[in-house]
Amino acid sequence: MNETVREALRRIGLATFVSAVLGFFALPLLWLAFAPFDANPGITASLPEFTLHNFKVLMDNPYALASLRNSVLLAAGTAALVVACAALAAYALSRVRIPGRDVLLYLLLLLSSIITGTAAMVPVFLLAFNLHLIDSRAGVVLVLTGGLLPAAIFLLKDFTDGTPVSYEEAARVFGASPLQILRHVVAPVIRPGLATVAVWTVAQVWGDFLMPFLLLRNPDKAPASVIMYTFYTEGGQPDLALISTFSLLYSLPVVVMYLFVSRRYGFRFHGGIKR
Amino acid sequence: MAPPTSPSEARPLAVGRRAGTGDDAAGLGRARAAAFVAPALVLVAVFLVFPAVWTLYLGATDYRLTGIAASDPKFVGADNYRDVLGDGGFHHSLWLTLQFVLGSAVVGQTVLGFAIAWVMRDRTGPLRRLVEGLVLLAWILPSSVIAFLWIALLDRDDGTLNALLGTPGTAWLLDHPMACIVVFNVWRGTAFSMMLYGAALGNVPPSHLETARLAGASTWQTLRDAVFPRVRGHVLTSLLLVSLWTFNDFTPFLITAGGPDRRSEVLSVYVYRTALGDGRLGFGAAVALVMILVNLVIALLYLRALRGRKEAAA
Repeated sequence: MNETVREALRRIGLATFVSAVLGFFALPLLWLAFAPFDANPGITASLPEFTLHNFKVLMDNPYALASLRNSVLLAAGTAALVVACAALAAYALSRVRIPGRDVLLYLLLLLSSIITGTAAMVPVFLLAFNLHLIDSRAGVVLVLTGGLLPAAIFLLKDFTDGTPVSYEEAARVFGASPLQILRHVVAPVIRPGLATVAVWTVAQVWGDFLMPFLLLRNPDKAPASVIMYTFYTEGGQPDLALISTFSLLYSLPVVVMYLFVSRRYGFRFHGGIKR
Repeated sequence: MAPPTSPSEARPLAVGRRAGTGDDAAGLGRARAAAFVAPALVLVAVFLVFPAVWTLYLGATDYRLTGIAASDPKFVGADNYRDVLGDGGFHHSLWLTLQFVLGSAVVGQTVLGFAIAWVMRDRTGPLRRLVEGLVLLAWILPSSVIAFLWIALLDRDDGTLNALLGTPGTAWLLDHPMACIVVFNVWRGTAFSMMLYGAALGNVPPSHLETARLAGASTWQTLRDAVFPRVRGHVLTSLLLVSLWTFNDFTPFLITAGGPDRRSEVLSVYVYRTALGDGRLGFGAAVALVMILVNLVIALLYLRALRGRKEAAA
């Protein structure tokens, strides 16, 4: 009898906890799900009177779509640079005994975790100013690349370490040059690693607010993260039709990427897609 | 330099382990290998290492964003550091940061993340997918979107929270700004702890849990005696990681901008306001150096814990 009571209490406690967790995590997201389709979007989350008119408001805004394009440019530029530089470095560090390699790797890892955007915003701002990289997308790409590279090199080196060298040796026996081996043997083998790093970089840059906020002045160049912020902080009553649809459109790629990664890799790499 | 970058927890660093084969299977040669590493190193040197070193110098000048000191900054030695350490605003901000890190990361995210992982450990099916999906969604959505969702949730007049609680007119963000960003950050970051502890709990042998159950152990006793010894290493490293991330998080700026009246001005926001808001770049750089030093301590502890864990496993 006592056992049954205890078991019942345990089940009730469990159900309460799970409902509380569900409520806590779902509550802020409700607005994002409903407001974009609501004919009269308010601040309160409520079941919508269905409409797609809000998306027309979005299309008519001069900054909305341009900012998403800017986000794509920043993310693609950074991802290309990070993947290219990290792949070359990781391969060389994995396969060739360069003097001081382990110290170098350790320092890279340490530096990348202590020099963060918030801690380094002052010198980064001044550096960009002196290099005439203020208000330049290339400047943002370079700064973000510098910050993301150490972690990317680590991910990729780990990956390369785990691939067998026998293919490379075989290719060499058949007289392939080192560069041919890299292009035709190594690149295909480490492709999943490259894809992981690319997705990870895109996710990082897509959500980043601080660097473009610091370094870009012209709203025509601002990415979605910064434009989103100006939508609700600058000037008068926020346009909820615009904000809600824009939030949804801006969030979708991240969700799609997450689904892709989790389906493909089972989301095994913790802390991978973000941070 | 974007959001805090750190290597993944599941595939930690290769330092300390024999890395790769090191026998140059493709016949690259040292010179070419060095050339391969060079572009990455140059970018990291210019855009990551140099700013950090420069912070040291900037913190010792009276550099300002505008005015005379902008064109001709003077060397002022340790003055900024003395000013920072004696600044009431800095002490206040440090205290708020401590609350923020301890409250939201060390206690909030860790306890909630572990609890969810524990409750979900042997469940499968739609409920688990729903819970994990929502928690992850909070983690992966862009911060400026999330920030607005929370502003809307906590809005004084029409906020969903006030509608639910029946407390119209309660200005949560004005009355309890710190509590708001602490709860917000628990919501935002629990996913990492949940996934990490989920993986760690998978390493606890089911036979141990079964034995504990048969012995009539309570949940608390099971956790203490059968589970905790197995996940201790994970707890330590994840605590350090979430502390590091939370300490450097700039998202509170998007929600409260440090206000009202600087009551939620954590260090990241404080640096921004003093350096780029007030234009005191030298002073801001001195604060930034303090942040870098704190990061350094946490990161060194982290690397040490990680190495200890590896040795324990070997």
